[in-house]
Amino acid sequence: MDTSDSKKQNIFVRIWRFYYEGFRSMTVGRTLWAIILLKLVIFFVVMKMLFFPNILQRDYATDEERAEHVRHELTDPGRSTDGGIDGGNTTLSGERNAE
Amino acid sequence: MDDLMTVVDWSRAQFALTAIYHWLFVPLTLGLSVIVAIMESIYLKTKSEKWLAATKFWMTLFGINFAIGVATGIILEFEFGTNWSNYSWFVGDIFGAPLAIEGLLAFFMESTFVAVMFFGWNKVSPRFHLASTWLTAIGASISALWILVANAWMQYPVGMEFDPAQMRNVMDNFWALFSGMAVNKFLHATLSGWALSGVFVIGVSCWMLWKKRNTEFAIRSIKVGAWVGLAGLLLTMWTGDGSAVEVTRTQPMKLAAMEGLYKGSKSQSIVAMGLVNPDKTWDNTEDEYLFEVSVPYGLSILAKHDPNAFVPGISDIIEGFDINEAGDTINTVSYAERIARGKAAHEALRDFDKARAAGDKALENDARARLKADYPYFGYGYFESVDEAIPPVAMTFYSFRIMVILGSYFLAFYILVLLAVYWDKLPIERTRWLQLLAIVSVPFMWVCSEAGWVVAEVGRQPWTVQDLLPTRAAISSIPSSSVITTFWLFAAIFTLLLIAEVSIMMRQISKRSSTNLETANL
Repeated sequence: MDTSDSKKQNIFVRIWRFYYEGFRSMTVGRTLWAIILLKLVIFFVVMKMLFFPNILQRDYATDEERAEHVRHELTDPGRSTDGGIDGGNTTLSGERNAE
Repeated sequence: MDDLMTVVDWSRAQFALTAIYHWLFVPLTLGLSVIVAIMESIYLKTKSEKWLAATKFWMTLFGINFAIGVATGIILEFEFGTNWSNYSWFVGDIFGAPLAIEGLLAFFMESTFVAVMFFGWNKVSPRFHLASTWLTAIGASISALWILVANAWMQYPVGMEFDPAQMRNVMDNFWALFSGMAVNKFLHATLSGWALSGVFVIGVSCWMLWKKRNTEFAIRSIKVGAWVGLAGLLLTMWTGDGSAVEVTRTQPMKLAAMEGLYKGSKSQSIVAMGLVNPDKTWDNTEDEYLFEVSVPYGLSILAKHDPNAFVPGISDIIEGFDINEAGDTINTVSYAERIARGKAAHEALRDFDKARAAGDKALENDARARLKADYPYFGYGYFESVDEAIPPVAMTFYSFRIMVILGSYFLAFYILVLLAVYWDKLPIERTRWLQLLAIVSVPFMWVCSEAGWVVAEVGRQPWTVQDLLPTRAAISSIPSSSVITTFWLFAAIFTLLLIAEVSIMMRQISKRSSTNLETANL
């Protein structure tokens, strides 16, 4: 229960103390928080920044350009997969394009 | 083509891997949070330290699962932006809105109420603490609601209109997202979490009985786990029935694949057990099954709640053949026509683009009207053959049976466990075979739950968005090598997380169960 002292404190201070004391009193929770933080770093720093760019946001400046790109991707029978393993261009309909 | 299919296949494999791993954690969060909240409610009513101890013990296991599982779902959203950028743009705000709401709700509800749950025992009033525990459980289910609304929209896209200028589906009716498909899917998935968690609680408690530790505590936990699990399982079965009706109405090809049915009939039986014939195709005369044990009228009842109803098979659907409720033969749109109309929709979209570039308003409006007329079949325009529109039948068929057979087993299991805790002639604390059965059953509940997802997601192939966008068109133009690299990275990370979860949980169960769990000093 809250003491009268803590009730007099600023709400933000009380919230801060609530979390601070909660974290300090944890036992198994410390291991879990270490896992959570490590996981978040791997997900958001390593994976997101190095491996998972939002391609449309990265490569196109405006929504019009993005729409244009997707229209091309979805309707152009000569759609390319940009090289891939063998460096060749391939199509949705199975044709192979000469470079 | 090879590289495109490599990108498609690896992206699908990566998405399946992350979704399957994510779903290992989610149902336990959904169900165990409810079980913990019920235990705390009993504690508040009885003021018994025993129930406080039970609440704290299971809350610790909930916390471990929550901590390891939290944010694993965010990876799926990364994949949308990188591997599935065409899809992400095409579905527009319809998919984005529920996910954004989910993200906000998950963040605020979980970060607030989970903290009160774990840190607030002596800092907030007992009633406020209980409210926080319930709100954590409710918040987890509400998070699931938005994910499942988004998923249901992909299976049954409604409430939108395609805008060729933006190349996006624009939402025109938010409430249409809450279709029968979405409601059933939400209830089915969420309540299956209760069923799964009940088996988990019983399994862990039976391990304590096996080790002859904290017998009263274990039986008390088994009672709550069994009642919650049984209620969850019965409701899961009920909503599964509702899902079957919805699938019949909106995705008849998926239902036919679930059954391995090529030629339907009136009063259609359902295969309880069987082997599908791998040589069977929609246009040959091979038998559908190598062997089967069927239940008469079963599929007609399941699909249409009418023992005499006609259920179309894969070949019927492809040929556009059906029989309505009045018994009249009707023609649906054949797949050959759908492909033709899909290609017409693509042509109209190209014409729209050219007309817009030329500034020709009349041609633009004409192309827009043609596109609108054929848009319901837009996705079929990517196919050269009707064979491409058939889901993987064997995987869907067997996954469905694994889910149903295990689900039926767990119904019997729950009844048996409840008999054992209430009937003196089969005391669970002395029935070693039942304790062992409960321990061994735990992983099979996860198999059952994951099999349900395989039915839902493999059965809807080849679509990411039903009838509108096939999987192979949804993919980004990225090198397959990058997808392969991240696939193995994820496989390693998620496997480590799973090992961490299982080992931390087992250590905690072992450590805590070796102390006296009749008091709340945990």
